[in-house]
Amino acid sequence: MAIATRYEVVVGLEVHAQVLTQSKMFCRCSTDYLTAPPNSLTCPVCLGLPGALPVINKKAVEQTIRTALALHCEIAPFTKFDRKNYFYPDLPKGYQISQYDLPISRNGYLEFEVGGEHRRCGITRVHLEEDTGKLLHAGAIEESQSSLVDLNRAGVPLMEIVGEPDLRSADEAREYVMRLRAILQYIGINNGDMESGQLRCDANVSLRPPGSKELGTKVEIKNMNSFRAIHRAIQYEVVRQSEILSNGGNLIQETRGWNDAKGETISQRSKESAHDYRYFPEPDLPPLTVTAASVAHLRESLPELPAARRDRYIKDLGLTAYDASLITSAKAFADFYDETRRLGADPKKAANWILGDFSRLLNADHKEIQDTSIQPKHLQQLIALIDSGVISGRMAKQTFEAMYRASDPEPALTAAKGSSQISGDAELAGIVDQVMAENEKSVADFKAGREQALKFLIGQGMKLSKGRANPQRLEALLREKVS
Amino acid sequence: MKHFQRTIRDLHQLLLDREISSVELTESVLGQIDAVGERTKAYLLVTRELALRQAKAADERLRAKRDVKPLTGIPIALKDVLCVKDVVSTAGSKILKGFTPPYSATVVDRLESEGAVFLGKTNCDEFAMGSSNENSGYWPVHNPWGLDRVPGGSSGGSAAAVASGEAIAALGSDTGGSIRQPAALTGTVGMKPTYGRVSRYGLIAFASSLDQIGPMTRDVVDAALLLQSIAGHDPRDSTSSQEPVPDYLSGLQRGVKGMRLGVPKEYFVAGMEPAVEQAINDAIRLLEQQGAIIQEVSLPHSDVALPAYYIIAPAEASSNLARYDGVRYGYQAEGAKNLIEEYMLTRQQGFGAEVKRRIMLGTYALSSGYYDAYYLQAQKVRTLIIDDFRRAFEKVDALLGATSPTVAFPLGAKTQDPVAMYLNDIITIPANLGNVCGISVPCGLADGLPIGLQIIAPGFREETMLQVAFAFEAAADFRKLQSPLMRAAA
Repeated sequence: MAIATRYEVVVGLEVHAQVLTQSKMFCRCSTDYLTAPPNSLTCPVCLGLPGALPVINKKAVEQTIRTALALHCEIAPFTKFDRKNYFYPDLPKGYQISQYDLPISRNGYLEFEVGGEHRRCGITRVHLEEDTGKLLHAGAIEESQSSLVDLNRAGVPLMEIVGEPDLRSADEAREYVMRLRAILQYIGINNGDMESGQLRCDANVSLRPPGSKELGTKVEIKNMNSFRAIHRAIQYEVVRQSEILSNGGNLIQETRGWNDAKGETISQRSKESAHDYRYFPEPDLPPLTVTAASVAHLRESLPELPAARRDRYIKDLGLTAYDASLITSAKAFADFYDETRRLGADPKKAANWILGDFSRLLNADHKEIQDTSIQPKHLQQLIALIDSGVISGRMAKQTFEAMYRASDPEPALTAAKGSSQISGDAELAGIVDQVMAENEKSVADFKAGREQALKFLIGQGMKLSKGRANPQRLEALLREKVS
Repeated sequence: MKHFQRTIRDLHQLLLDREISSVELTESVLGQIDAVGERTKAYLLVTRELALRQAKAADERLRAKRDVKPLTGIPIALKDVLCVKDVVSTAGSKILKGFTPPYSATVVDRLESEGAVFLGKTNCDEFAMGSSNENSGYWPVHNPWGLDRVPGGSSGGSAAAVASGEAIAALGSDTGGSIRQPAALTGTVGMKPTYGRVSRYGLIAFASSLDQIGPMTRDVVDAALLLQSIAGHDPRDSTSSQEPVPDYLSGLQRGVKGMRLGVPKEYFVAGMEPAVEQAINDAIRLLEQQGAIIQEVSLPHSDVALPAYYIIAPAEASSNLARYDGVRYGYQAEGAKNLIEEYMLTRQQGFGAEVKRRIMLGTYALSSGYYDAYYLQAQKVRTLIIDDFRRAFEKVDALLGATSPTVAFPLGAKTQDPVAMYLNDIITIPANLGNVCGISVPCGLADGLPIGLQIIAPGFREETMLQVAFAFEAAADFRKLQSPLMRAAA
């Protein structure tokens, strides 16, 4: 901790999020590239063939504006695209269509909590660009004799969200990305999958003496493919930089890649060899005018966002701030929770299950809630079984895990009901006696030949046994005793 | 008169009247290509089979009187910067040698749907960069009016083909004068429509904010006909205009009586050949005799148009040409040891000297630290030029001047001096920067070499420009002038 007191950590994040519209940013090719054969989702435009021209995907612009609005940004009434020029085989035109000095939006913020403390990180800008293709090397890139180019991803709309250097720890950085991811999910930008690259994050990390207003020499970290990687990479970098500074050394401004297996960052490129991207306005695309009316319309189209949902859970459902934050951190989580409640489950009990056993199992398997076969109705039924005393809490935990492991949760749920059934005549006899004693009129009716009365008596028996009586045995015993 | 010597309009009538068939006409033009092609070198590729196939289809259409359009059955040449599906399209560059696009340019699609016949791909300066056609990656073109002379550029092949009878009409592209200047030097009509009037989709880009496709023809009516079929919005080109396309033929014969025509004093540039100046003054007087009101106007920033152009166009080109890296298509150098070497060798070997010069100029102009001083400054100059035209067109309906300060110069005369070469376009460049339209029509000969009169009209007022051009053409009657190569065949 000595390190932390000697230097203040300064982190700014650049997050890239694919905008999963149906078609690409500047052509009609599908964006559904993850499972498509290489280079099958391409056309003259996204292949950068001579003479092909881009046409702006309106939906992608709208989605970017919606995201910017969710991040409290100002939407530019006039915005344009620019060319960012550099050579690389995954960039078919030799330039990326991006935005330089007139992005779609600026000056927003994102709020979150870390360790019970409220934090706010400024958003410098949100802009729109196109994704690059992918290169496949045989083994390590340095040794590979050749590389294969797949341009299915080239031209997929990509949103860049540039954050201010307002983050002060790896914890804050991780939390920021998690909250940002939740917002993107809520708006329907993408699923927030970091491993597949739907969501990517670069971190600018620097240190400075506490109280200093100036920023220290920054290092950009790339290639962090999970929340855990973001956290570890920043922590590693903080230690690395502070050791250099503590030993009287100087940092160099550079780009470093995170090696997850080795758990370290490795120098990739120094500032001296940095690109001059030669940005200039994209002459193939006229600038865009965004009217106040269209912004208002897009603002209205926004769903309830994580922060509002969280506040509602605290205020209306009585959840703790911590629980409410966790449940709303992923849209699928919160949707699962809401549906479970809607089916009748108690809000706190549902939250406990989702954040407790369910999360524990999901985390252990690195799964998302939507990857399992458990549906809200299964959890609601399980909670109902506990509530009615049919199964114990301990048994419910076992049942839940069995449901989670199974491809179909129904049998485990039914088995839970069955395993606690009362079928023994001795035990059932007591219930039958009590029912007959408390319902003399119905007993008389049944004796008079009214079958309907027997159904009522069975129902009373079930109720008395809290649903655990074996209905067939119960009926048999009732018929026997009454007659 | 041979078929190949006629105009689109005459041939259309003959085709309609079944006097000739498209196949006969196409064979006539192909025959002229066989006869003089080795001398002009106008074509990089003659698509003989395609042309005859299309001619047969056009004859079917004519026979059935089904969907017959003014261009049905008319043999047309396409500048090599235009992509034609399944036809090698190289933009005159070795770096695209053998490149066969899987799609056609929108203008090509439009001509095809009218039933036009494609003769082939005409030679041009590499990536349309040049004013003499000597920058072709393959071979220079020779002017049908004097084979030791350049045809102008960059659409020199298209111009030479139309002037020699190797095509009835052609499409060219004009970024700084590349249609109008070769038209002037070959005694043909060449029009640069307003930027946005014609879709650029499938036009291999030189400078995206300036490039415009346009017709190159024997006379003004043909230019109007050809423009009519290629103009209009294209959803595939976001810079193409939604402005409605008027009927370019209906107003052609209205004459110039009472029209106000301006003569920019700046367009009589230093170094203008006296014979050219004389011919232009004669042309102005002729229009005055037709009833036009002539007045001198000023376009005060004309002198900075050329330097601004040589910042903006190379800047855009440096980016547009980045895609030719040998990775996906076109020329790929052998023997590279790594990726960077692959890029360097491919581009060193694939591009010609002028293209490399402009890539370097443009890269420099866009570089960090120089952008404000060059590119941004040039864009400001462009705004001044737009304002110049706007102010001038408050006073007059159209502007008159020379197209080129000189007649066709000898091959090799300016190849060692890029700046002297750039000066060829000094009077054509402002129209590209100023978002207006321009046309060159023949206005005389000097020592047997053609001179062009340039008529410039406001943006999207092509009909005004054509009206003046038609009136001049009718009064001057230079329309009947034919190049020696064309005459010889008659």
